[in-house]
Amino acid sequence: MRDAWQSMIETLETLGREVRFLIRLLILTPAAFLRFNLISAQIYNAGALSLVIIMLSGMFVGMVLGLQGYQLLRRFGSEEALGSAAAIGLVKELAPVMTALLFAGRAGTALASELGLMRATDQLTAMEMMAVDPVKRVVVPRFLGGVIAMPLLSAIFAAIGIYGAQLVGVQIMRVDSGSFWSQMRASVALSDINEGIVKSCIFGVACSLIAVYEGYHASPTAEGVGRATTRTVVTSAVVILFLDYLLTAAFL
Amino acid sequence: MNNIAPIVDIRDLNYAVGGRPIFNNLNMKFERGKVIAVMGPSGTGKTTLLRLITGQVTASSGFIEVAGENLMTLRRRGLYALRRRMGMLFQNGALLTDLSVFENVAFPLREHTDLPERLIRLLVLTKLEAVGLRGAAELAPAELSGGMGRRVALARAMVMDPDILIYDEPFAGLDPISLGVILRLIRRLNDALRITSIVVSHDVQEIATVADHVFLLSGGGVAASGTPQELRNNPSEVVKQFVGGLADGPVPFHYPAANYFEQLLARDRAD
Repeated sequence: MRDAWQSMIETLETLGREVRFLIRLLILTPAAFLRFNLISAQIYNAGALSLVIIMLSGMFVGMVLGLQGYQLLRRFGSEEALGSAAAIGLVKELAPVMTALLFAGRAGTALASELGLMRATDQLTAMEMMAVDPVKRVVVPRFLGGVIAMPLLSAIFAAIGIYGAQLVGVQIMRVDSGSFWSQMRASVALSDINEGIVKSCIFGVACSLIAVYEGYHASPTAEGVGRATTRTVVTSAVVILFLDYLLTAAFL
Repeated sequence: MNNIAPIVDIRDLNYAVGGRPIFNNLNMKFERGKVIAVMGPSGTGKTTLLRLITGQVTASSGFIEVAGENLMTLRRRGLYALRRRMGMLFQNGALLTDLSVFENVAFPLREHTDLPERLIRLLVLTKLEAVGLRGAAELAPAELSGGMGRRVALARAMVMDPDILIYDEPFAGLDPISLGVILRLIRRLNDALRITSIVVSHDVQEIATVADHVFLLSGGGVAASGTPQELRNNPSEVVKQFVGGLADGPVPFHYPAANYFEQLLARDRAD
């Protein structure tokens, strides 16, 4: 009981520190856009380098969705609704969440271990000694790179996922192609797309923040860097799923 | 001595980490234009002293002034302005691993100045030439040996033409040739650029050949200070132990422990 109380207080303290770190990052954000080349390099690192895993996963998730959706909808004799079911599921839910989870595993760990190693090898201290604020020069561009990359990756995930669902549903299961696409166009509303965009933007902030926070505050040892990487994935996953529930409830 | 104000002035400084005092009433004055060595056994706070001088940590009480700025009251902006006048060489070089050697040396210039590319190139190449690594400009830090990495870091530390160059253990883990190179560079740069060099080291013989003044730290304060020659003739036990490299003396060989025999004869702890 005592331990649970203690760990709850610690969790709250960590949350407070993360929020303060976020505020510090946001204050430095406008100035960071003046050196966009630093940010674009990080968009490449977090975004372009995650493309393969995002596209592959999107493809398979879409294909599974096509298969399961077809089986389910056929029971009600409404296979034609497969297009709208897959599209709404992907755009509102699966694309933002799956992208965020994959992003935490691919880009989040890379960010955390990179920053942790920079800390362990005195690179961050060296910058401070050169009168360069490492948060401004190193952390903020990485944070913004992740924030910008996430919605883009999520959109790509959704697009490829819909293609995957179409591949299974239309090409293999022989759902009528015309009704697949027209039902999708008729049922997916702008509000669904907005929900997906808002979710992926918020997940982008959360994932990037957790990764740079854990990396920047890693203890400067091999063990510390390892722990920071692990915590990045675990914390990100829990936070994403929790936020997803909150956001879904908020959009109803 | 002379009437020029010292570049680093430490008076009655106290500093403790987690309740354990590191410095007790520390008093030091570093003269301008000299190569000053700070020596002492491991754990006496040599690196901590550097962190105090560079404002990475703040003393609990006392007075510390560097290049005319009082570090006890200096705010972040002032501290960063002061740090532009300092160059620091880290023990492991601390080169930025995602940048080439050239870009590492150019880093402070790109961050702090708006110089045209041609001028940056010129400045970086002259500094690299001074440390003998102009040919390595396009290599990545990972491709350098330990000694080369430290020389690149030295070029980077002096690219902003600082007033003070600080070396943290510049000789640790170097082969005799690299060590000789660094040693000669310290002296040459100090005299050519008219700067003050602060060298933290425990390599007694090496440092004696370049230092103008040596501080020997021990037990939270300055145990001895003077020219290397004066230190060698110092009769104090601590100095003798350190300069002579004796295993036991005022600085004990043993970490404080319970009685040896009792511990050996005691039953297993798990009982």
